[in-house]
Amino acid sequence: MQTVGCVDARLPIHSDMDLVWVRQHVRQTAAQLGFGLVEQTKLVTAASELARNTLVHGGGGEVEATVLRNGHAPGLRLAFIDEGPGIADLERALSDGYTSGDGLGMGLGGARRLVHEFAVDSSPGNGTTVTVTSWTVRPPRHREEH
Amino acid sequence: MLRLGDVLLVTLQGDLHDSTAEQLQQDISETIASSSTTGVVIDLSGVEMVDSFLGRVLAEIAAKAGLLAAQTVVAGMRPAVAITLVELGLTLPGLRTALTTEDALGLLAGEASPYRSRGTRRESP
Ligand SMILES: Nc1ncnc2c1ncn2[C@@H]1O[C@H](COP(=O)(O)OP(=O)(O)OP(=O)(O)O)[C@@H](O)[C@H]1O
Ligand SMILES: [Mg+2]
Repeated sequence: MQTVGCVDARLPIHSDMDLVWVRQHVRQTAAQLGFGLVEQTKLVTAASELARNTLVHGGGGEVEATVLRNGHAPGLRLAFIDEGPGIADLERALSDGYTSGDGLGMGLGGARRLVHEFAVDSSPGNGTTVTVTSWTVRPPRHREEH
Repeated sequence: MLRLGDVLLVTLQGDLHDSTAEQLQQDISETIASSSTTGVVIDLSGVEMVDSFLGRVLAEIAAKAGLLAAQTVVAGMRPAVAITLVELGLTLPGLRTALTTEDALGLLAGEASPYRSRGTRRESP
């Protein structure tokens, strides 16, 4: 069972300068927690994609970073929160190549592949929260949920 | 940006702002358009992360260079960055890669000579 810590940092996402701060914060925190270089890079890249979505599609917002301890290894949870238009069709948004703008449409689905846990909470008109978590050591595989 | 004969060598370093990356893209295409350039080498050895934004910028630089008859080679991408790009799902069409800038320059020089055989790879059936 994981013990959820309190939010350790809250960073604004309102400009491309903020994206740089978010990446640096995630890189630094992940390194301190003992993430290996590849996992650090994956988490930073996922954070960059999601923070940019918060900025571009969500009209800005913030990210909450939480350090987790689940008994066998530390983890880092990042929640990207905006109060923008929300995502009407999540399945379509997650599919590779789908973009409502002029992007490549790889951000959301790609970010999901780069982290250990991924959840989207969104509905039209109510904003979007994308929460991702990775652990310094990949937890033993959970039984598939049905 | 550094010019080595007909080749433009661009070194990226650290964490780029989106606007810096876009500016760079514009600078490179202007430089290629206004001078005889047969190749562009982008040195990524100092870059810690390539996300879909920077990936798209790189792909667009290569596409623009291609229209102006210049080849683009990305050099020195860190293994962690390359692994992440694959999982992200970015394929970077039009971009060739080399381990080092020296390799990249060699690749471009090799191609400038029409009599040199272009590859020794053999397709297996
Ligand atoms: N925070 C958000 N709020 C509203 N819509 C979103 C949000 N995040 C993603 N979306 C929707 O999901 C789509 C897919 O997102 P994804 O990040 O995969 O692609 P993209 O941002 O359009 O392009 P890129 O490849 O440059 O990231 C977006 O085009 C957008 O319509
Ligand atoms: Mg995106």
